[in-house]
Amino acid sequence: MYRSHVLICGGTGCTSSGSAQVIDALEKELKKNDLENEIKVIRTGCFGLCALGPIMVVYPEGAFYSMVRPEDIPEIVSEHLLKGRIVKRLLYQETVEADTIKTLDNTDFYRKQMRVALKNCGVIDPENINEYIAYDGYQALGKVLTEMTPAQVIDTIKASGLRGRGGAGFPTGLKWSFAAKYDNDQKYVCCNADEGDPGAFMDRSILEGDPNVLIEAMAIAGYAIGASQGYVYIRAEYPIAVKRLSIAIKEAREMGFLGKDIFGSGFDFDLDIRLGSGAFVCGEETALMTSIEGHRGEPRPRPPFPAEKGLFQKPSVLNNVETYANIPQIILRGAEWFASIGTEKSKGTKVFALGGKINNTGLVEVPMGTTLRTIVEEIGGGIPNGKKFKAAQTGGPSGGCIPAEHLDVPIDYDNLIAIGSMMGSGGLIVMDEDTCMVDIAKFFLEFTVDESCGKCTPCRIGTKRMYELLDKISKGKARMEDLDQLDKLAHYIKENSLCGLGQTAPNPVLSTIRYFRDEYVAHIKDKRCPAGVCKELMNYYIDETKCKGCTLCARNCPVGAISGNVKEPHIINRSKCIKCGACMEKCKFGAIEKH
Amino acid sequence: MANTISSLKFSGTKEQEAELKKVIAEYKDQKGALMPIMQHAQEIYGYLPIEVQTMIAEGLDIPLEEVYGVATFYAQFALNPKGRYKISVCLGTACYVKGSGEVYERLQTILGIKGGECTPDGKFSLEACRCVGACGLAPVMMINDEVYGRLNPDDVEDILNRYNDK
Repeated sequence: MYRSHVLICGGTGCTSSGSAQVIDALEKELKKNDLENEIKVIRTGCFGLCALGPIMVVYPEGAFYSMVRPEDIPEIVSEHLLKGRIVKRLLYQETVEADTIKTLDNTDFYRKQMRVALKNCGVIDPENINEYIAYDGYQALGKVLTEMTPAQVIDTIKASGLRGRGGAGFPTGLKWSFAAKYDNDQKYVCCNADEGDPGAFMDRSILEGDPNVLIEAMAIAGYAIGASQGYVYIRAEYPIAVKRLSIAIKEAREMGFLGKDIFGSGFDFDLDIRLGSGAFVCGEETALMTSIEGHRGEPRPRPPFPAEKGLFQKPSVLNNVETYANIPQIILRGAEWFASIGTEKSKGTKVFALGGKINNTGLVEVPMGTTLRTIVEEIGGGIPNGKKFKAAQTGGPSGGCIPAEHLDVPIDYDNLIAIGSMMGSGGLIVMDEDTCMVDIAKFFLEFTVDESCGKCTPCRIGTKRMYELLDKISKGKARMEDLDQLDKLAHYIKENSLCGLGQTAPNPVLSTIRYFRDEYVAHIKDKRCPAGVCKELMNYYIDETKCKGCTLCARNCPVGAISGNVKEPHIINRSKCIKCGACMEKCKFGAIEKH
Repeated sequence: MANTISSLKFSGTKEQEAELKKVIAEYKDQKGALMPIMQHAQEIYGYLPIEVQTMIAEGLDIPLEEVYGVATFYAQFALNPKGRYKISVCLGTACYVKGSGEVYERLQTILGIKGGECTPDGKFSLEACRCVGACGLAPVMMINDEVYGRLNPDDVEDILNRYNDK
């Protein structure tokens, strides 16, 4: 028995902030004080509050230490773990009250959250299957294999209203029922853990924090559709996730949750990992399957749908990690429970990766139907440095920008589409007044041009042309006709592309034109970037009243664009200036401005 | 894909070749073996020059263009060698909004190379990457396996200097 448990986040966010060094320091310090047998250190998955990492929680008190450094460890050990006095100075300040501490559930960040998919993240040791089992792990699989028929499993998932968490939101139960319908000697269950959407990292966090939930859910899916083999397609850029999932698969095999005759039911199921090699289009289901087969990850025309001819031409289902993470709890707690959460057509919860210009960056899980305002202002703690909210971007390169006027729309699949964005995998990037919407649209199109696989013309050439138009606008070289052209092209690409990548690629452009047309017009007509981002539209000026004529700027200008006599105000020749900013950096009097 | 054929002379060793052959033998009979083999091959050689692709094609008895097609499709496969210190700057959305573009530019200025290139002494190579998943620390860059977060363009020079002693 241990008298205290110390949980330290070992997710990618906290590891990058140095949590491994904190764990080392803690283990050394415990040894020095002979506490190894009294205090247990556990490396968990993500707590969600990545902005405050490395995070450390001490139980039974539930003291939440944030931004812990190895230097803080001796004090925490001698004061808190030896003498029982919480080191309030090092706690997450929101949990500190005059004579006591608040539990985590009562902080603004966690109060409105509801953890279903992330239930075990930050709670258990992901590298120990027994901890998962202690939290009802593999009970759902046992129930399914011993008490339910495959048809009953599918009916339960259908009744729960669960929809795919990876993009378009297709009903999961329906997808499974299609694959179950086709008779074949071999079927496959696949998991999309490729998570190519930049700015979304919930799937990685689930894999790092609770890998067994995926194994259990995929085995349940295998039983439901009649498949004996599963593949997890995971990004090679996620080394911690790959390692923990591999450990979990090995442990599950040893325990008999994978392999032959699981739970004595006669059902066989096994899992293999395939590493993705960095292609965004492989998030599309047919492209992902082509990639597992070992080819260039190009999408295939549908029909035939993967439910009929998927991986290796066999009936297959594909879901993403977050979708699977909901399955065991739907089985254990019932479809009615799950269907009671959320909105009419979007059930359950959704995990969002909060990033960009927001105070509490990290992972949050909220019931469907929570408003953007709640997420940004309450859970996210608002925008740093007193800046104003401008837009929230959801759905990554397939989604759109949501302006302040829609902050009170309840977020679900259908509402997001109605306001020109989409759920996507759940990246939620907040932008403030310093973000230029033309620049952001250009940024996403650059991404799509890069990631377009090249198989179909609308996407391959169309996105490139759109990028060129945006580039012209951002450089002040466009005319108003170009804006109409952009709009026309966007609709054409949406309607004619082969797969989801091309069909959604114009969304960032369309939504920014819809809500921020003024900004586009300012770039085109006034040759001005209101947010002050687009370099080509900016100029450097010397403030005559501040310039002392020291000549430092002129001597540092790489193109000789600055002239003037010693001890007299200097002038920048705008036709020569390359806008490198060297003068501004060197000026000791703050006399150089850009606008 | 600007440079699809490496300008550097291939200098693989007998040991590397033996290791690659072992990997090919191990995976040969599995379904979809090509990508795992290429991933291992890149671990062995650090990149996938045409010579290595040829060995894989011969080992699997498939056309070279199939191997080449896969190698050029996926961002992770490199046809040119990387520097001893591989710098990747995250240009994912969260990092971009927080100014990783400026960090990337500063690195190009300091190192005198563009993205996708390697310094002439083979020390640093620079590339942009899409989201390392540490969005809470944006903007972020990685040098080999080390992650540097909450960056400011002015921090870059100091960080590079830490790699000066070796």
